Amino acid sequence: MNGLADTPVMQMLVDPVLYKGLGLGLLLTLQVAGLSIVLSFVFGTILGSMRYSGLPVISQIAVTYIEVIRNQPTLLLILLSFFVLRLSGMWAATVGLTIYTSAIVAEIIRGGLNSVSVGQWEAARSQGFSFLQSMRHIVLPPSVVKMIPPIVSQFVTVIKDSSFAMAIGAYELMFKGMILAAKYWQPPQIITIYVLISLIYFVINFALSLVARYLQARLSAGRGTIGS
Amino acid sequence: MSELIGRIGFLQEGPFAVARWQALFGNMEQLWQGLLVTLQVASLGLALALALGVVFGVMSSSTWRLPCAIARVYVEFFQNTPLLVQVFMIFNVIPMLSKGMFIPVMVIGVIGVGMYHGAYISEVVRAGIQSIGSGQLEAGLSQGFSYVGTMRHIIIPQAMRIVLPPLTNQAVNLIKNTSVLAVIAGGDLMYAGDSFAGRHGHYGPTYIVVGMLYFFMCFPLAVLTRRLEERLRAGE
Repeated sequence: MNGLADTPVMQMLVDPVLYKGLGLGLLLTLQVAGLSIVLSFVFGTILGSMRYSGLPVISQIAVTYIEVIRNQPTLLLILLSFFVLRLSGMWAATVGLTIYTSAIVAEIIRGGLNSVSVGQWEAARSQGFSFLQSMRHIVLPPSVVKMIPPIVSQFVTVIKDSSFAMAIGAYELMFKGMILAAKYWQPPQIITIYVLISLIYFVINFALSLVARYLQARLSAGRGTIGS
Repeated sequence: MSELIGRIGFLQEGPFAVARWQALFGNMEQLWQGLLVTLQVASLGLALALALGVVFGVMSSSTWRLPCAIARVYVEFFQNTPLLVQVFMIFNVIPMLSKGMFIPVMVIGVIGVGMYHGAYISEVVRAGIQSIGSGQLEAGLSQGFSYVGTMRHIIIPQAMRIVLPPLTNQAVNLIKNTSVLAVIAGGDLMYAGDSFAGRHGHYGPTYIVVGMLYFFMCFPLAVLTRRLEERLRAGE
């Protein structure tokens, strides 16, 4: 054997334990992030519509929730879910991320709806469209176009922030990497583990960022002038 | 009073019992200390992020290939990997490479949030520069303004209006993100709260008070962001 195969880094890189560990960590990261984004989309849509409605009590509840939660660190919400709500690591991370992301998604939804002017509404209603028909045919098509790119970008943030779950001992990618770093403790091995973790996060998030940018360019093109 | 507390179950025991609140308010020095660290890390981190953001923002909007490529790599790496991973890298890897050089945790925090948000601010600056058409620069020059004069009186005032709302928004995110320091025992507000809560088990009241302190730091900036956005929209 030549010298290269005997280096500590190579010994680690041929060990299936490394890939199993990182793979399981990635699986939990994606599970937490995926579940959080789906739940946040549901709650964010409800909160965003509540705020957009402008109805006295309903919109004030939504405004209070959004403004309070938007100004909290995600880590605090995850710790709160774990220590006060006494959820398991995986669920505490999911709930903490969902509490935060719902407020962000609500603002994205509201921003999209607000981008359609009141005149469009009035035009639709005056032409005999019902509330639901105006929503379905006039308001939603252009506003959904506005909402999709920022929601995809928010997914990147959720994946990155799911790494906070290591603070409560959930076995996501970052924490799995730290555990492997205790087994492969030599400096070159630890550095390699960090590089691998960064690379995994980077590939997923960069791909999502490109999707967001592509959608942004695709969707904002072709909606220029009337009749186009 | 104590008789009243005795009759109402959740005030006597449970995560939000009155005794827990009393214990917390009797020991606030630790949280104030943490708040001070958070404010220091946030302000120094913001200064670093602004400096990096302007440099890399100008680089990535330049037409020279090499500076542009360097800026793109910086932005994409820091935007697409978790801040926690970056902070751990600085925390663990730099002492390894430099044979045990000691970096104070606060410095790690400043470098961590500074570089992470520098990448976001760089994109904000780039968008600001690119939003001003080159015709504006040419118009200014043709009217006898110097290059610096054109920048100062024509380009920068317009670009600032576009750049300011997302910039204040980044400041809010930066303050919130200083909380990652808690994971490496950074002595910041989140860490102070977490260690107090962990030592005595008073999680409920502590997290609520810590959350309120973050809110008081971030909310004014969030309101400012909205004002600036509205002013920008009104000017269009």
